Amino acid sequence: MNETPISRGFRSRRQEQDAKNRLPPGQYVTRDFPVLSAGPTPQTKVEDWTFALQLGASRLGKWNWAEFDALPQTTIKTDIHCVTKWSKFDTAWQGVTFDDLLSAVGLTEPAEPYIMAHCDGGYTTNIPVEDLIDGKGMVVTRYEGLPIPPAHGGPARLLVPHLYFWKSAKWVRSLRFMEQDERGFWESLGYHNYGDPWKEQRYDGD
Amino acid sequence: MIETAAAPTRRLEWQVAEVREIVVETFRVKSLLLHVPGWQGHLPGQHVDIRLTAEDGYQAQRSYSIASPPEDELLSLTVEKVDNGEVSPYLVGDIRAGDQFELRGPIGGYFVWTVAMRGPLWLIAGGSGIAPLMAMLRHRSRRKVRNPALLLYSSRSLEDVIYREELDAMARRDPDLRVINTLTRKQPEGWKGYRRRIDKGLLAEACFPSERNPNIFVCGPTSLVEAASGFLVELGHEPRTIKTERFGPSGWAP
Repeated sequence: MNETPISRGFRSRRQEQDAKNRLPPGQYVTRDFPVLSAGPTPQTKVEDWTFALQLGASRLGKWNWAEFDALPQTTIKTDIHCVTKWSKFDTAWQGVTFDDLLSAVGLTEPAEPYIMAHCDGGYTTNIPVEDLIDGKGMVVTRYEGLPIPPAHGGPARLLVPHLYFWKSAKWVRSLRFMEQDERGFWESLGYHNYGDPWKEQRYDGD
Repeated sequence: MIETAAAPTRRLEWQVAEVREIVVETFRVKSLLLHVPGWQGHLPGQHVDIRLTAEDGYQAQRSYSIASPPEDELLSLTVEKVDNGEVSPYLVGDIRAGDQFELRGPIGGYFVWTVAMRGPLWLIAGGSGIAPLMAMLRHRSRRKVRNPALLLYSSRSLEDVIYREELDAMARRDPDLRVINTLTRKQPEGWKGYRRRIDKGLLAEACFPSERNPNIFVCGPTSLVEAASGFLVELGHEPRTIKTERFGPSGWAP
């Protein structure tokens, strides 16, 4: 490996030094909320929105907006980390945990070890069930107490904050159990299959 | 949407890039022409991660689109200075020819156009969002491909139009390429072109109709990309034919 070149005159302008232990390697803190999507933003109205939990072709459960809103609600304040290098601290979300979705369809344990999230616009992402249970994953419908705007994934998006944020799929419409792991959209285009920001798993092979 | 490329199997390693030449594009924008020994090549539209290391060991990473076509020997990154930014003021203000930094890539396999893709090419850019689209136009030009192509480019003023002379020259040489500028804040005297932000009317006039199935690429600030891609869907273009890259804040702060 080559020696790392030093950029003379380049220095940190990072103001939040207390960020050190909260900021994964290669990330910087932003106060904005940048938007990244591969295509146009779908504009699904809540009247038309449904959410399903699937096991192969069979449906374990399906909810419309009102039914989904009536499921047990959980709020969480958490840091999020995008693979494009920004991190945002203390984002507050409300929605339904994956655990509560399982309970709602009468499952005492997950049906299969992997999940594929399917979204409006055709976006997909894969996540091990292990990373969704015990409060680690949610389907969220509110940000800072307000409905989530379409550009940020509304009506509902997945939230898996301990992985890079592309795993927190926008416009989510169903979660499908899989026996075998399969790659989702970005995972098929050179991005890491798992995406742990603390191990800097940005791209395949990291 | 979804057409996927085969996943690469080897790790993207950090490589040392050396600045060979710096091109002043506008008051706020420069292009860095980089020599990257052993560069594995890229597709037009892809980007790289760069990593700067300060004398005290502090490191910062950012992503930049590649503006050069695969046919060129040097890799070109076009950088706009972001006020109060950490990396871009260094890249635009301080870096000199001969300086080195680290880079890895290419990254991204979706926002990509090559001459192998058929049909009209419709590019919509705002500001420095032109960079990855320029890689596509340069690639098309180097390969002398004559598919119909249209660039709709929104800038604040004529002085802010990046690659202006090169784009003009390209359009003069190539009857199948149209370049349409809209200048949103300040126009030179006698300017006969558009002078407003990209809206539905403008997209309906300066466009390929959806029946011609253009490949559409939109890149720029979030507000422009959100608006333009939404209007395109309203005008009948299939969402899967519209590929987008957004940068900058969303302006959403509840």
